[in-house]
Order: sequence, then C-alpha cells, then structure tokens
Amino acid sequence: MGSASSMLTQYDLEEVQQHCHHLFSQQEIVSLYQRFCQLDRNAKGFISADEFLSVPEFAMNPLSQRLLKMVDGLNFKDFVAFLSAFSPKATMQQKVELIFKVYDSDCNGKVSFNDILEVLRDLSGSFMSDEQREKVLSQVFNDAGYTKESYLMLDDFIKVFRSSELKMEVEVPVD
Amino acid sequence: MEIICIQFRDQKMRDLLDISPTLTEAAGAIVDDTFTRCFKSNPPEPWNWNVYLFPLWCCGVVVRYLVLFPIRVLVLTIGWIIFLSAFIPVHLLLKGHDKLRIKLEVLIIEPTTLNSMLLAYVNDLNVLKVNLSEYLRVYRCLVELICSFFVASWTGVVKYHGPRPSNRPKQVFVANHTSMIDFIVLEQMTAFAVIMQKHPGWVGLLQSTILESVGCIWFNRSEAKDREIVAKKLRDHVQGADNNPLLIFPEGTCVNNHYTVMFKKGAFELGCTVCPVAIKYNKIFVDAFWNSRKQSFTMHLLQLMTSWAVVCDVWYLEPQTLKPGETAIEFAERVRDIISVRAGLKKVPWDGYLKYSRPSPKHRERKQQSFAEYVLQRLEEK
Repeated sequence: MGSASSMLTQYDLEEVQQHCHHLFSQQEIVSLYQRFCQLDRNAKGFISADEFLSVPEFAMNPLSQRLLKMVDGLNFKDFVAFLSAFSPKATMQQKVELIFKVYDSDCNGKVSFNDILEVLRDLSGSFMSDEQREKVLSQVFNDAGYTKESYLMLDDFIKVFRSSELKMEVEVPVD
Repeated sequence: MEIICIQFRDQKMRDLLDISPTLTEAAGAIVDDTFTRCFKSNPPEPWNWNVYLFPLWCCGVVVRYLVLFPIRVLVLTIGWIIFLSAFIPVHLLLKGHDKLRIKLEVLIIEPTTLNSMLLAYVNDLNVLKVNLSEYLRVYRCLVELICSFFVASWTGVVKYHGPRPSNRPKQVFVANHTSMIDFIVLEQMTAFAVIMQKHPGWVGLLQSTILESVGCIWFNRSEAKDREIVAKKLRDHVQGADNNPLLIFPEGTCVNNHYTVMFKKGAFELGCTVCPVAIKYNKIFVDAFWNSRKQSFTMHLLQLMTSWAVVCDVWYLEPQTLKPGETAIEFAERVRDIISVRAGLKKVPWDGYLKYSRPSPKHRERKQQSFAEYVLQRLEEK
C-alpha cells in the first residue's frame, strides 16, 4: 500500500481534520490513514474487531474488549475522531469525555456504581475478589460523598479529574 | 480546611477512576506497534517519477520482463531437466536397494539359512552401506545444484562471509528468516537438512520428494502433536554422523529483515553447538521479504525473477555453546543478539506465532495483577 497517502485528497484531509476538531495535523492524518489501511487488511473501509486484536499489544490490554465496543467497525473519519482525544492538543474536557464514555458502556449519559465496578473487574481480573472490589469502591464513593445508588455525570468526572493534568498523549509517527 | 478535605477525597476518587495509562497504551498500540512493523513489506522508494529518469525506468521494465525474465525461465527449466534426469534414476535405484536390503535383513535373522550364505549376505550388506552414503553424497550435490539454478534465476548476488559450514555431528545452524529463499541461498553452498513448515501446492510436493532425501523435517505449526514428533526427530538427527548439518529458522516465521522476533528455544535445547548464520538482504532492487499473507510463494518467486537482482550478504558466525548455568531461553536470546548485531536488525520481544494466534492471557494477567496490588495497597494505607 505504498500509494495509500495519494488516495487522500486535500478535501478529504480537510474534512477529516474538521471532524477531529483540528487536533491532528494533515501529516498526522496521512500517517493515520496508512496505519488504517494496514490494519484494514481486506480494504473493507473499516477495521473489524478481529483485525484490532491481531495487534498483540492491543489484544493484551485489560480494557481491549471494552474499547473494541467503541472502535469496532469505525470508518476512517470516526477512527481519527476517536484517537483525537489522545492528541497532545486535546483539551482536558475532551480527554475526560473519552474516559467517561469508556465507563458509560450503555451510553445513557450517566455512570453507575456497577459501571465502575465492571471496569475495575476488567482491570484487576482474578487478582481481586468481587467483595474486595465492592469494598474498595464503596469506600471511595462514601469518602467522596456519593452512595451506591448515585450516578456520576460527566460534570462529576470533570470535577474529579480537575485537580491535576491528565497524561493521555499518543504520538503519531510521521515520516 | 474543607476545601483541602474535598480535594483529598476527590484525589482518591480520581486515583481509582483514572484509567488514562491503560487507555494511552491501547491507543498507542492502535496507532503504531512493533509487532505489525515486523511483517510490513517495504515498498521500494519511488525514484522514476522524473522526466529524465522515467524513460530509463521504462527501458528497464522492458529489459526485465522481456529479456531477463525469459532467460531466467529458460535457465531454471534447464536446471530442472538436468536435476530430474539425474535425480529420478538415483532415487529409483536407491528405492530398489532399500527393498533388497530389507529382504536381506529378514534372511539374516532366519536361523535356517546356511552359515556360508549368511556371510555372503553380510558382505553384501556392507557394500550396500557404502553405497548408501554415496547416494547421500549424490543427493547433496544434486540439491545444491538445483538451488544454484534457483539463485541464478534471480541473479542472486550473494556474498558469503566466514568459514563454510563443516559437516560434523552435534551441531545445528540457526539463521534469521526473511523468505523461503533464505533456504535456497544457504542450500546452494551446503546441503542442510532444514526444519520447515509443511507447505501446500508444488512446494509441498518438493518437500515430500526431493527435500526428504537430504533429511529435511517438516511439521504443521498449528498441530501441537507435531511439536513432540519434531523434537524427537531433531534429537535423532543431530546424533547421526552421516546426516547433513541441520538448519533451523528459530523465528518460526518470515520477518521483513528489519527486525528479529523471539527465537523459539527448540534448537537450543538439543545440547549441540549452535552456529549462528546472519542473512541480510539489500533491497536496492527488490524486497526479499515474503509476505505470505499477501502473496503466494510462486508470486514471490516471479517478483524476484522479474527484478534486476537479489543482493544479499550471508555471515557464518562463530559457533556458540551453552554456558554453564544458562537456560535454553537465555542461550537463544544470546544467539539472537549475535545475529541481530551482525545483520543490523532490531530486536522485538514478540513471538512470531502471534501472526497466527492471539497472545496468551498471561500478559494481560500480569497487568491485572499489578493493578490489583496497587489498589489493595492503597486500601491498606487508609
């Protein structure tokens, strides 16, 4: 796929750039497109779950199954939009929004006690028991003034993450 | 006071909710990863898009496809004719002898046979043994010959550095793997017995007829049972004094000649001297990496045969033995270091078989364990 970059016109680039709120430079978008074509082995126009999992570093990530639900079948524009939260230019708000979406697996705009518990389960696997996870979470919830029944909104997340800078940056290799 | 308190509580909440390191890792892997890089074909640098160079390039295409290619096909055909006209008779003769030998062995075991006759048969048997090693020598020469024809068919410009491999028992040669042509390049100098994946099609046919005669061993990657059988065959092979030297590509898969993936430990557990061989292709005319997912071996050969030349360097490096207290895995790593340095390849920790299967859950579990330990520790701190 040596000529992959030539398949993106200036218009395409601008459109994609707009879609990701100019968080990536045009060069970075070209690089991402080459990567997209490489992962989309059969040139279907989207990357399937199986193709994502063929990257071992991704497949062994504890959150891979959860992330797959978000990225499976994305076309290039949405693929770039998803990754844009990891751009060094992305604001705190955009990064927290992505984190919120990872927790909010049913996409109802609020995160419940159980939603967080599930993420904890992904992250700790068999190395913590369900009781331990519940204990940890309810303690943190209590300390922060929430109860098991309360829901966390995006604003609550932003408040929680406000205290210090989030290090969530991925560099796109440009050659 | 209250503000500090709230901040402190928020901090705890944040520590638990902050999944950004894991997310960053995942996104980093999506954007770029060293594993996929190992198996990426390297497109040639375009140089011909220039008014002055383009006509030259066109001439080159005409020469390569209309002059060089037919000549090479002819060379290869002649090679095959010579090879087969010698191989088939020898093969048939040896098979006939094999039958005779089995008959003789049965006779010797039978106690009713006369003593004198027995002696005669024993003498015959010895003659046969001598013949057998002669046959092997013929086979060796023939296989080397056909491999030379193959190398000639892509105008292989191969520079061999270091002493030629000697035929001694208890030694294995290991090399980095870029394409099946590695095997041809090495085989034209020395008739190695190689361990290889069983291929379908005409390659499979060659494997089960011709390469069998130089003692090659093959297996199926996906068959767990094959692994034990191969391990046993390997052990038997290295003990035999008459056998051809053994060649193993411990990466188990073709890598694009910029990286080396993990060496499988099988070759390093045999208790033999390991002779590293480093192969580096110069991709000035053609990329010698065989991307088996994208093209068949036939297409790969055609690509090589329509290029100007295949340029490569082969280094026979100093033999290594297991150091006291060293495990097979450490030994494999050490040999990989030697080869990577010589051929200028980058090392990545991946198992090449991940091309065909998913990583084991062990890696994920390790991450989960460290996360769990961190959380539990924080809980106790309270």
